[in-house]
Amino acid sequence: MVKIYLGAVNPHPGSALEYKTGSWRTMKPVVNEDKCIGCWFCYMYCPDSAIRMEKVTVKKEVRGEVKEIVKEVARIDYDYCKGCGICAAECPVKAIEMVYEEK
Amino acid sequence: MEMKEIIRGNMATALAAKMARVEVVPAFPITPSTLFPEKISEYIANGELDAEMILVESEHSAMSAAVGASAAGARVATATASQGLALMHEILFIASSMRLPIVMAIGNRALSGPINIWADHSDTMAERDSGWMQFYAENNQEAFDLMLMAFRIAEDRRVLLPAMIGLDAFTLTHTMEPVDYPSQEEVDDFLPPYNPPYTLDVKRPMTFGSFATPDSYMEFKWAQTVAIENSYKVIDEVFEEYKKRFGREYKRVSGFMTEDADVVIVSMGSASGTLRDAVRRMRKEGMKVGAVKITTFRPFPFKEIKELTKNAKIIAVAERAISPGFGGPVAGEIATAFINEKERPLISDFIIGLGGRDITQKDFKYIAETALKEAESGEVSPWVKWVNINPEEVPPGGE
Repeated sequence: MVKIYLGAVNPHPGSALEYKTGSWRTMKPVVNEDKCIGCWFCYMYCPDSAIRMEKVTVKKEVRGEVKEIVKEVARIDYDYCKGCGICAAECPVKAIEMVYEEK
Repeated sequence: MEMKEIIRGNMATALAAKMARVEVVPAFPITPSTLFPEKISEYIANGELDAEMILVESEHSAMSAAVGASAAGARVATATASQGLALMHEILFIASSMRLPIVMAIGNRALSGPINIWADHSDTMAERDSGWMQFYAENNQEAFDLMLMAFRIAEDRRVLLPAMIGLDAFTLTHTMEPVDYPSQEEVDDFLPPYNPPYTLDVKRPMTFGSFATPDSYMEFKWAQTVAIENSYKVIDEVFEEYKKRFGREYKRVSGFMTEDADVVIVSMGSASGTLRDAVRRMRKEGMKVGAVKITTFRPFPFKEIKELTKNAKIIAVAERAISPGFGGPVAGEIATAFINEKERPLISDFIIGLGGRDITQKDFKYIAETALKEAESGEVSPWVKWVNINPEEVPPGGE
Protein backbone atom coordinates (compact mmCIF):
# COMPACT_ATOMS: atom_id res chain seq x y z
CA MET A 1 0.00 0.00 0.00
CA VAL A 2 1.13 3.52 -0.79
CA LYS A 3 2.23 5.58 2.23
CA ILE A 4 -0.31 8.28 3.13
CA TYR A 5 0.43 11.82 4.29
CA LEU A 6 -1.40 14.56 6.18
CA GLY A 7 -4.45 15.92 4.36
CA ALA A 8 -3.99 13.48 1.44
CA VAL A 9 -0.93 15.43 0.27
CA ASN A 10 1.34 13.34 -1.89
CA PRO A 11 4.84 14.85 -1.79
CA HIS A 12 6.27 12.40 -4.36
CA PRO A 13 5.44 13.41 -7.95
CA GLY A 14 5.03 10.56 -10.41
CA SER A 15 4.33 8.03 -7.69
CA ALA A 16 0.97 7.02 -9.19
CA LEU A 17 2.95 4.13 -10.77
CA GLU A 18 3.30 2.63 -7.32
CA TYR A 19 -0.43 2.24 -7.11
CA LYS A 20 -1.16 -1.10 -8.77
CA THR A 21 -4.66 -0.71 -10.21
CA GLY A 22 -4.49 -4.28 -11.51
CA SER A 23 -5.90 -5.36 -8.15
CA TRP A 24 -9.31 -4.02 -9.23
CA ARG A 25 -9.62 -6.75 -11.89
CA THR A 26 -12.05 -9.67 -11.83
CA MET A 27 -11.27 -11.02 -15.34
CA LYS A 28 -7.92 -10.91 -17.07
CA PRO A 29 -7.07 -10.91 -20.75
CA VAL A 30 -4.84 -13.75 -21.93
CA VAL A 31 -3.11 -13.36 -25.30
CA ASN A 32 -2.67 -16.35 -27.58
CA GLU A 33 0.66 -15.34 -29.07
CA ASP A 34 0.37 -17.91 -31.88
CA LYS A 35 -2.82 -16.24 -33.08
CA CYS A 36 -1.65 -12.64 -32.44
CA ILE A 37 -0.85 -10.88 -35.71
CA GLY A 38 0.79 -7.84 -34.06
CA CYS A 39 -1.75 -5.36 -35.50
CA TRP A 40 -1.54 -2.98 -32.46
CA PHE A 41 -5.36 -2.65 -32.23
CA CYS A 42 -5.45 -3.72 -28.58
CA TYR A 43 -2.54 -1.39 -27.83
CA MET A 44 -4.45 1.56 -29.26
CA TYR A 45 -7.81 0.71 -27.67
CA CYS A 46 -6.47 -0.02 -24.17
CA PRO A 47 -7.76 2.86 -21.98
CA ASP A 48 -5.03 2.24 -19.39
CA SER A 49 -1.88 1.88 -21.53
CA ALA A 50 -1.55 -1.56 -20.01
CA ILE A 51 -0.53 -3.28 -23.26
CA ARG A 52 2.99 -3.33 -24.60
CA MET A 53 3.98 -4.59 -28.02
CA GLU A 54 7.05 -6.79 -27.79
CA LYS A 55 9.21 -8.48 -30.41
CA VAL A 56 9.47 -12.23 -30.04
CA THR A 57 11.38 -14.81 -32.05
CA VAL A 58 9.24 -17.73 -33.14
CA LYS A 59 9.91 -20.84 -35.19
CA LYS A 60 7.70 -21.00 -38.24
CA GLU A 61 7.49 -23.36 -41.17
CA VAL A 62 7.88 -21.42 -44.38
CA ARG A 63 7.69 -23.46 -47.66
CA GLY A 64 8.71 -26.68 -45.91
CA GLU A 65 11.57 -25.06 -44.06
CA VAL A 66 11.54 -24.18 -40.29
CA LYS A 67 12.75 -20.65 -39.90
CA GLU A 68 13.26 -18.36 -36.97
CA ILE A 69 11.29 -15.21 -37.57
CA VAL A 70 10.75 -12.06 -35.48
CA LYS A 71 7.20 -10.88 -34.96
CA GLU A 72 5.40 -8.43 -32.68
CA VAL A 73 2.91 -9.67 -30.08
CA ALA A 74 0.76 -7.98 -27.46
CA ARG A 75 1.78 -8.48 -23.82
CA ILE A 76 -0.44 -7.37 -20.93
CA ASP A 77 0.91 -5.38 -17.99
CA TYR A 78 -1.10 -7.06 -15.22
CA ASP A 79 0.03 -4.48 -12.64
CA TYR A 80 -2.26 -1.92 -14.26
CA CYS A 81 -4.74 -3.86 -16.45
CA LYS A 82 -8.17 -3.40 -14.85
CA GLY A 83 -9.71 -6.20 -16.92
CA CYS A 84 -12.16 -4.09 -18.91
CA GLY A 85 -12.09 -6.51 -21.87
CA ILE A 86 -11.92 -3.88 -24.61
CA CYS A 87 -8.78 -5.50 -26.06
CA ALA A 88 -10.52 -8.87 -26.33
CA ALA A 89 -13.56 -7.26 -27.94
CA GLU A 90 -11.49 -5.33 -30.48
CA CYS A 91 -8.97 -8.05 -31.44
CA PRO A 92 -9.65 -8.82 -35.14
CA VAL A 93 -8.32 -12.42 -34.89
CA LYS A 94 -9.84 -13.28 -31.48
CA ALA A 95 -6.38 -13.84 -30.03
CA ILE A 96 -7.33 -12.42 -26.62
CA GLU A 97 -9.50 -14.37 -24.22
CA MET A 98 -10.96 -13.03 -20.93
CA VAL A 99 -10.59 -15.53 -18.08
CA TYR A 100 -11.63 -15.25 -14.43
CA GLU A 101 -8.87 -14.36 -11.98
CA GLU A 102 -8.18 -17.21 -9.60
CA LYS A 103 -7.26 -16.06 -6.15
CA MET B 1 -0.49 48.36 25.23
CA GLU B 2 -4.28 48.20 25.05
CA MET B 3 -6.22 50.31 22.60
CA LYS B 4 -9.94 50.79 22.43
CA GLU B 5 -12.24 51.51 19.52
CA ILE B 6 -15.98 51.61 19.14
CA ILE B 7 -16.63 49.32 16.20
CA ARG B 8 -19.12 46.93 14.62
CA GLY B 9 -18.74 43.14 14.90
CA ASN B 10 -17.65 42.85 11.26
CA MET B 11 -15.02 45.52 11.87
CA ALA B 12 -13.78 43.59 14.91
CA THR B 13 -13.24 40.42 12.88
CA ALA B 14 -11.65 42.40 10.02
CA LEU B 15 -9.35 44.13 12.52
CA ALA B 16 -8.36 40.75 13.98
CA ALA B 17 -7.62 39.44 10.47
CA LYS B 18 -5.52 42.53 9.71
CA MET B 19 -3.59 42.22 12.97
CA ALA B 20 -3.07 38.52 12.22
CA ARG B 21 -1.40 39.73 8.99
CA VAL B 22 -3.59 37.63 6.69
CA GLU B 23 -2.01 37.22 3.27
CA VAL B 24 -5.00 36.27 1.13
CA VAL B 25 -8.67 37.19 1.51
CA PRO B 26 -10.97 35.69 -1.13
CA ALA B 27 -14.44 37.09 -0.51
CA PHE B 28 -17.89 37.54 -1.95
CA PRO B 29 -20.16 40.07 -0.26
CA ILE B 30 -23.33 38.95 1.51
CA THR B 31 -25.51 40.58 4.13
CA PRO B 32 -24.74 40.76 7.04
CA SER B 33 -21.02 40.05 6.49
CA THR B 34 -20.26 42.54 3.70
CA LEU B 35 -18.46 44.98 5.95
CA PHE B 36 -15.68 42.41 6.48
CA PRO B 37 -14.42 42.43 2.86
CA GLU B 38 -15.07 46.20 2.73
CA LYS B 39 -12.78 46.80 5.70
CA ILE B 40 -10.12 44.41 4.36
CA SER B 41 -10.06 46.19 0.98
CA GLU B 42 -9.84 49.50 2.80
CA TYR B 43 -6.86 48.27 4.85
CA ILE B 44 -5.13 47.10 1.66
CA ALA B 45 -5.87 50.39 -0.14
CA ASN B 46 -4.55 52.39 2.83
CA GLY B 47 -1.37 50.36 2.90
CA GLU B 48 -2.21 49.08 6.38
CA LEU B 49 -2.34 45.48 5.21
CA ASP B 50 -0.13 43.69 2.69
CA ALA B 51 -2.54 41.08 1.38
CA GLU B 52 -4.07 39.79 -1.81
CA MET B 53 -7.82 40.29 -2.03
CA ILE B 54 -9.45 37.94 -4.53
CA LEU B 55 -12.80 39.18 -5.80
CA VAL B 56 -14.64 36.07 -6.87
CA GLU B 57 -17.96 35.38 -8.55
CA SER B 58 -19.55 33.34 -5.77
CA GLU B 59 -18.97 31.97 -2.28
CA HIS B 60 -18.25 28.56 -3.80
CA SER B 61 -15.33 30.23 -5.59
CA ALA B 62 -14.36 32.23 -2.49
CA MET B 63 -13.88 29.05 -0.48
CA SER B 64 -12.17 27.33 -3.43
CA ALA B 65 -9.71 30.23 -3.70
CA ALA B 66 -9.20 30.06 0.06
CA VAL B 67 -8.31 26.37 -0.27
CA GLY B 68 -5.80 27.11 -3.03
CA ALA B 69 -4.21 30.02 -1.19
CA SER B 70 -3.98 28.11 2.07
CA ALA B 71 -2.44 25.11 0.28
CA ALA B 72 0.13 27.53 -1.15
CA GLY B 73 1.06 28.39 2.44
CA ALA B 74 -0.74 31.71 2.91
CA ARG B 75 -2.64 32.74 6.01
CA VAL B 76 -6.22 33.02 4.74
CA ALA B 77 -9.35 34.59 6.16
CA THR B 78 -12.77 35.25 4.69
CA ALA B 79 -16.32 35.98 5.79
CA THR B 80 -19.77 34.94 4.72
CA ALA B 81 -23.26 34.19 6.00
CA SER B 82 -26.37 32.13 5.44
CA GLN B 83 -26.84 31.35 1.71
CA GLY B 84 -23.18 32.11 1.09
CA LEU B 85 -22.09 29.55 3.66
CA ALA B 86 -24.55 27.07 2.19
CA LEU B 87 -23.03 27.63 -1.26
CA MET B 88 -19.58 26.91 0.19
CA HIS B 89 -20.85 23.63 1.64
CA GLU B 90 -18.91 21.09 -0.45
CA ILE B 91 -15.66 23.07 -0.29
CA LEU B 92 -15.89 23.32 3.51
CA PHE B 93 -15.40 19.55 3.72
CA ILE B 94 -12.50 19.74 1.27
CA ALA B 95 -10.79 22.48 3.33
CA SER B 96 -11.03 20.48 6.54
CA SER B 97 -10.00 17.18 4.98
CA MET B 98 -7.00 18.89 3.32
CA ARG B 99 -6.19 20.16 6.84
CA LEU B 100 -6.04 23.81 5.82
CA PRO B 101 -6.29 26.30 8.72
CA ILE B 102 -8.59 28.83 7.04
CA VAL B 103 -10.38 31.21 9.44
CA MET B 104 -13.84 32.48 8.53
CA ALA B 105 -16.18 34.96 10.21
CA ILE B 106 -19.85 34.09 9.83
CA GLY B 107 -22.62 36.64 10.29
CA ASN B 108 -25.07 34.06 11.64
CA ARG B 109 -28.21 34.59 9.56
CA ALA B 110 -31.33 32.54 8.88
CA LEU B 111 -31.28 30.29 5.84
CA SER B 112 -33.93 30.80 3.16
CA GLY B 113 -36.80 30.26 2.90
CA PRO B 114 -38.66 32.39 3.37
CA ILE B 115 -35.76 34.66 2.59
CA ASN B 116 -34.67 36.50 5.71
CA ILE B 117 -31.48 38.36 6.56
CA TRP B 118 -31.68 38.39 10.37
CA ALA B 119 -30.01 36.42 13.11
CA ASP B 120 -30.28 32.74 13.86
CA HIS B 121 -27.88 29.81 13.84
CA SER B 122 -29.40 27.69 11.07
CA ASP B 123 -26.51 28.45 8.66
CA THR B 124 -23.64 27.26 10.86
CA MET B 125 -25.69 24.44 12.40
CA ALA B 126 -26.09 23.04 8.88
CA GLU B 127 -22.26 22.92 8.67
CA ARG B 128 -21.57 21.31 12.02
CA ASP B 129 -20.45 18.06 10.34
CA SER B 130 -18.09 19.84 7.93
CA GLY B 131 -15.00 19.24 10.08
CA TRP B 132 -14.55 22.94 10.92
CA MET B 133 -14.11 24.13 14.47
CA GLN B 134 -17.00 26.38 15.49
CA PHE B 135 -16.88 29.29 17.92
CA TYR B 136 -19.80 31.59 18.79
CA ALA B 137 -19.19 35.15 19.97
CA GLU B 138 -21.40 36.83 22.55
CA ASN B 139 -20.25 40.39 21.77
CA ASN B 140 -17.83 42.27 19.53
CA GLN B 141 -14.96 41.89 21.99
CA GLU B 142 -15.38 38.13 21.82
CA ALA B 143 -15.63 38.33 18.02
CA PHE B 144 -12.22 40.07 17.89
CA ASP B 145 -10.56 37.79 20.44
CA LEU B 146 -11.96 34.53 19.06
CA MET B 147 -11.05 35.50 15.49
CA LEU B 148 -7.45 36.22 16.53
CA MET B 149 -7.14 33.10 18.66
CA ALA B 150 -8.67 30.97 15.89
CA PHE B 151 -5.55 31.45 13.73
CA ARG B 152 -3.30 30.15 16.53
CA ILE B 153 -5.58 27.19 17.23
CA ALA B 154 -6.20 26.30 13.58
CA GLU B 155 -2.51 26.51 12.61
CA ASP B 156 -1.28 24.42 15.55
CA ARG B 157 0.47 21.32 14.17
CA ARG B 158 -1.62 19.12 16.48
CA VAL B 159 -4.80 20.50 14.88
CA LEU B 160 -4.40 21.95 11.34
CA LEU B 161 -8.12 22.43 10.76
CA PRO B 162 -10.20 25.41 9.64
CA ALA B 163 -12.31 27.41 12.07
CA MET B 164 -15.44 29.54 11.83
CA ILE B 165 -16.44 32.32 14.21
CA GLY B 166 -20.17 32.98 14.47
CA LEU B 167 -21.44 36.51 15.09
CA ASP B 168 -25.20 36.98 15.28
CA ALA B 169 -26.48 38.99 12.31
CA PHE B 170 -26.98 42.70 13.07
CA THR B 171 -27.05 42.14 16.86
CA LEU B 172 -23.27 41.84 16.57
CA THR B 173 -22.27 42.33 12.93
CA HIS B 174 -23.73 45.85 12.73
CA THR B 175 -23.84 47.03 16.34
CA MET B 176 -21.21 49.48 17.57
CA GLU B 177 -19.51 48.32 20.77
CA PRO B 178 -16.25 49.21 22.48
CA VAL B 179 -13.53 46.69 21.63
CA ASP B 180 -10.14 46.51 23.34
CA TYR B 181 -7.29 45.33 21.20
CA PRO B 182 -3.57 44.81 21.72
CA SER B 183 -0.75 46.48 19.79
CA GLN B 184 0.58 44.98 16.56
CA GLU B 185 3.83 43.99 18.31
CA GLU B 186 1.91 42.06 20.96
CA VAL B 187 -0.17 40.29 18.31
CA ASP B 188 2.96 39.41 16.31
CA ASP B 189 4.46 37.94 19.45
CA PHE B 190 1.31 35.91 20.15
CA LEU B 191 0.81 34.76 16.57
CA PRO B 192 3.94 33.81 14.62
CA PRO B 193 3.71 33.49 10.80
CA TYR B 194 1.93 30.38 9.50
CA ASN B 195 4.39 27.55 8.99
CA PRO B 196 2.63 24.89 6.90
CA PRO B 197 3.91 21.31 6.74
CA TYR B 198 3.45 21.17 2.92
CA THR B 199 3.02 23.94 0.37
CA LEU B 200 2.15 24.17 -3.30
CA ASP B 201 5.41 25.12 -4.95
CA VAL B 202 6.42 24.83 -8.60
CA LYS B 203 10.01 24.14 -7.54
CA ARG B 204 8.94 21.11 -5.55
CA PRO B 205 5.77 19.68 -7.11
CA MET B 206 3.34 17.73 -4.94
CA THR B 207 -0.19 16.45 -5.26
CA PHE B 208 -2.75 18.12 -2.96
CA GLY B 209 -6.18 16.79 -2.18
CA SER B 210 -5.43 13.51 -3.85
CA PHE B 211 -7.76 10.63 -4.41
CA ALA B 212 -8.24 8.06 -1.65
CA THR B 213 -9.57 4.60 -2.37
CA PRO B 214 -11.52 2.43 0.10
CA ASP B 215 -8.21 1.16 1.48
CA SER B 216 -7.16 4.59 2.82
CA TYR B 217 -10.24 6.92 3.04
CA MET B 218 -11.16 5.77 6.53
CA GLU B 219 -7.63 6.40 7.81
CA PHE B 220 -7.80 10.00 6.54
CA LYS B 221 -11.15 10.55 8.26
CA TRP B 222 -9.80 8.95 11.44
CA ALA B 223 -6.77 11.28 11.40
CA GLN B 224 -9.07 14.28 10.93
CA THR B 225 -11.19 13.18 13.90
CA VAL B 226 -8.11 12.76 16.08
CA ALA B 227 -7.04 16.28 15.06
CA ILE B 228 -10.30 17.91 16.15
CA GLU B 229 -10.17 15.93 19.39
CA ASN B 230 -6.62 17.25 19.93
CA SER B 231 -8.06 20.74 19.55
CA TYR B 232 -9.79 20.53 22.97
CA LYS B 233 -6.38 20.75 24.60
CA VAL B 234 -4.99 23.28 22.12
CA ILE B 235 -8.01 25.59 22.53
CA ASP B 236 -7.63 25.47 26.31
CA GLU B 237 -3.89 26.23 26.02
CA VAL B 238 -4.47 29.16 23.66
CA PHE B 239 -7.33 30.55 25.81
CA GLU B 240 -5.02 30.33 28.85
CA GLU B 241 -2.14 32.04 27.06
CA TYR B 242 -4.47 34.76 25.75
CA LYS B 243 -5.65 35.42 29.28
CA LYS B 244 -2.06 35.73 30.51
CA ARG B 245 -1.10 38.06 27.68
CA PHE B 246 -4.18 40.18 27.27
CA GLY B 247 -6.19 39.65 30.46
CA ARG B 248 -9.42 38.41 28.91
CA GLU B 249 -10.60 34.99 29.97
CA TYR B 250 -12.27 32.50 27.62
CA LYS B 251 -13.74 29.09 28.24
CA ARG B 252 -15.16 26.63 25.78
CA VAL B 253 -18.28 26.61 27.94
CA SER B 254 -18.96 29.02 30.77
CA GLY B 255 -21.43 28.69 33.60
CA PHE B 256 -23.22 31.42 35.52
CA MET B 257 -24.89 30.66 38.88
CA THR B 258 -25.10 26.97 37.99
CA GLU B 259 -23.90 25.45 41.30
CA ASP B 260 -27.28 25.33 43.05
CA ALA B 261 -29.57 25.88 40.04
CA ASP B 262 -32.58 23.63 39.53
CA VAL B 263 -32.89 24.73 35.94
CA VAL B 264 -29.89 25.58 33.76
CA ILE B 265 -30.63 27.44 30.54
CA VAL B 266 -28.14 26.89 27.72
CA SER B 267 -27.52 29.49 25.03
CA MET B 268 -25.03 30.40 22.32
CA GLY B 269 -24.12 33.77 20.82
CA SER B 270 -25.50 37.20 21.55
CA ALA B 271 -28.53 36.01 23.56
CA SER B 272 -26.15 34.86 26.32
CA GLY B 273 -25.84 38.36 27.82
CA THR B 274 -29.61 38.78 27.92
CA LEU B 275 -29.82 35.34 29.53
CA ARG B 276 -27.42 36.27 32.35
CA ASP B 277 -29.42 39.44 33.06
CA ALA B 278 -32.59 37.38 33.09
CA VAL B 279 -30.98 34.89 35.50
CA ARG B 280 -29.96 37.73 37.86
CA ARG B 281 -33.51 39.04 37.85
CA MET B 282 -35.06 35.60 38.37
CA ARG B 283 -32.64 34.92 41.25
CA LYS B 284 -33.92 38.08 42.94
CA GLU B 285 -37.40 36.62 42.62
CA GLY B 286 -36.17 33.45 44.30
CA MET B 287 -36.01 31.19 41.26
CA LYS B 288 -33.05 28.80 41.25
CA VAL B 289 -31.90 29.41 37.71
CA GLY B 290 -28.45 29.22 36.13
CA ALA B 291 -27.01 29.88 32.70
CA VAL B 292 -24.53 28.07 30.48
CA LYS B 293 -22.97 29.66 27.41
CA ILE B 294 -21.42 27.47 24.73
CA THR B 295 -18.54 29.29 23.02
CA THR B 296 -16.97 26.27 21.31
CA PHE B 297 -19.59 24.13 19.65
CA ARG B 298 -17.08 22.09 17.61
CA PRO B 299 -15.32 20.28 19.14
CA PHE B 300 -18.39 19.68 21.31
CA PRO B 301 -17.70 20.23 25.03
CA PHE B 302 -19.27 17.00 26.41
CA LYS B 303 -17.31 16.92 29.67
CA GLU B 304 -17.71 20.59 30.59
CA ILE B 305 -21.45 20.66 29.90
CA LYS B 306 -21.96 17.68 32.18
CA GLU B 307 -19.78 19.26 34.84
CA LEU B 308 -21.72 22.54 34.79
CA THR B 309 -25.18 20.95 34.85
CA LYS B 310 -24.63 18.01 37.16
CA ASN B 311 -26.68 19.50 40.03
CA ALA B 312 -29.56 20.68 37.85
CA LYS B 313 -32.94 19.00 37.74
CA ILE B 314 -33.49 20.07 34.18
CA ILE B 315 -31.48 21.59 31.32
CA ALA B 316 -33.44 23.98 29.13
CA VAL B 317 -31.75 24.58 25.78
CA ALA B 318 -32.63 27.90 24.14
CA GLU B 319 -31.55 27.55 20.56
CA ARG B 320 -31.76 29.49 17.36
CA ALA B 321 -31.98 26.62 14.89
CA ILE B 322 -34.38 23.83 14.09
CA SER B 323 -33.83 20.49 12.39
CA PRO B 324 -37.33 19.76 11.13
CA GLY B 325 -38.42 16.27 12.04
CA PHE B 326 -35.90 16.13 14.88
CA GLY B 327 -35.82 19.24 17.08
CA GLY B 328 -33.04 21.60 18.07
CA PRO B 329 -29.55 20.38 17.15
CA VAL B 330 -27.92 21.75 20.33
CA ALA B 331 -30.40 19.96 22.63
CA GLY B 332 -29.83 16.78 20.66
CA GLU B 333 -26.08 17.03 21.22
CA ILE B 334 -26.45 17.84 24.93
CA ALA B 335 -28.69 14.78 25.26
CA THR B 336 -25.88 12.78 23.62
CA ALA B 337 -23.45 14.06 26.27
CA PHE B 338 -25.57 12.36 28.95
CA ILE B 339 -26.51 9.23 27.05
CA ASN B 340 -24.38 6.81 29.09
CA GLU B 341 -24.86 8.51 32.49
CA LYS B 342 -27.06 6.78 35.07
CA GLU B 343 -27.83 10.04 36.89
CA ARG B 344 -28.82 12.79 34.55
CA PRO B 345 -30.98 15.89 34.43
CA LEU B 346 -34.05 16.07 32.23
CA ILE B 347 -33.43 17.87 28.94
CA SER B 348 -35.96 20.22 27.44
CA ASP B 349 -35.67 21.99 24.11
CA PHE B 350 -36.84 25.52 23.30
CA ILE B 351 -36.71 27.01 19.82
CA ILE B 352 -36.27 30.76 20.07
CA GLY B 353 -35.32 33.79 18.00
CA LEU B 354 -35.46 32.26 14.52
CA GLY B 355 -35.00 34.70 11.64
CA GLY B 356 -34.04 37.52 14.00
CA ARG B 357 -37.07 37.47 16.30
CA ASP B 358 -36.05 39.33 19.46
CA ILE B 359 -35.02 37.27 22.47
CA THR B 360 -36.06 39.01 25.68
CA GLN B 361 -35.68 38.41 29.40
CA LYS B 362 -39.39 37.59 29.43
CA ASP B 363 -38.74 34.72 27.02
CA PHE B 364 -36.07 33.31 29.32
CA LYS B 365 -38.46 33.57 32.27
CA TYR B 366 -41.06 31.63 30.28
CA ILE B 367 -38.40 29.00 29.51
CA ALA B 368 -37.34 28.73 33.16
CA GLU B 369 -40.93 28.46 34.42
CA THR B 370 -41.90 25.89 31.79
CA ALA B 371 -38.77 23.82 32.50
CA LEU B 372 -39.34 23.96 36.28
CA LYS B 373 -42.89 22.68 35.77
CA GLU B 374 -41.52 19.88 33.63
CA ALA B 375 -38.95 19.06 36.30
CA GLU B 376 -41.70 18.90 38.97
CA SER B 377 -43.91 16.62 36.92
CA GLY B 378 -40.93 14.63 35.66
CA GLU B 379 -42.34 14.74 32.16
CA VAL B 380 -40.90 16.73 29.25
CA SER B 381 -43.65 16.80 26.67
CA PRO B 382 -43.48 17.88 23.96
CA TRP B 383 -39.72 17.69 23.85
CA VAL B 384 -39.48 20.73 21.55
CA LYS B 385 -41.34 23.94 22.43
CA TRP B 386 -41.48 27.06 20.29
CA VAL B 387 -41.03 30.25 22.29
CA ASN B 388 -42.89 33.45 21.59
CA ILE B 389 -44.78 32.15 18.58
CA ASN B 390 -48.09 33.71 17.61
CA PRO B 391 -50.63 30.92 16.95
CA GLU B 392 -52.88 33.32 15.02
CA GLU B 393 -50.09 34.01 12.55
CA VAL B 394 -49.31 30.37 11.78
CA PRO B 395 -50.07 29.84 8.07
CA PRO B 396 -52.17 26.94 6.77
CA GLY B 397 -50.46 23.59 7.23
CA GLY B 398 -49.24 24.48 10.72
CA GLU B 399 -52.45 23.86 12.63
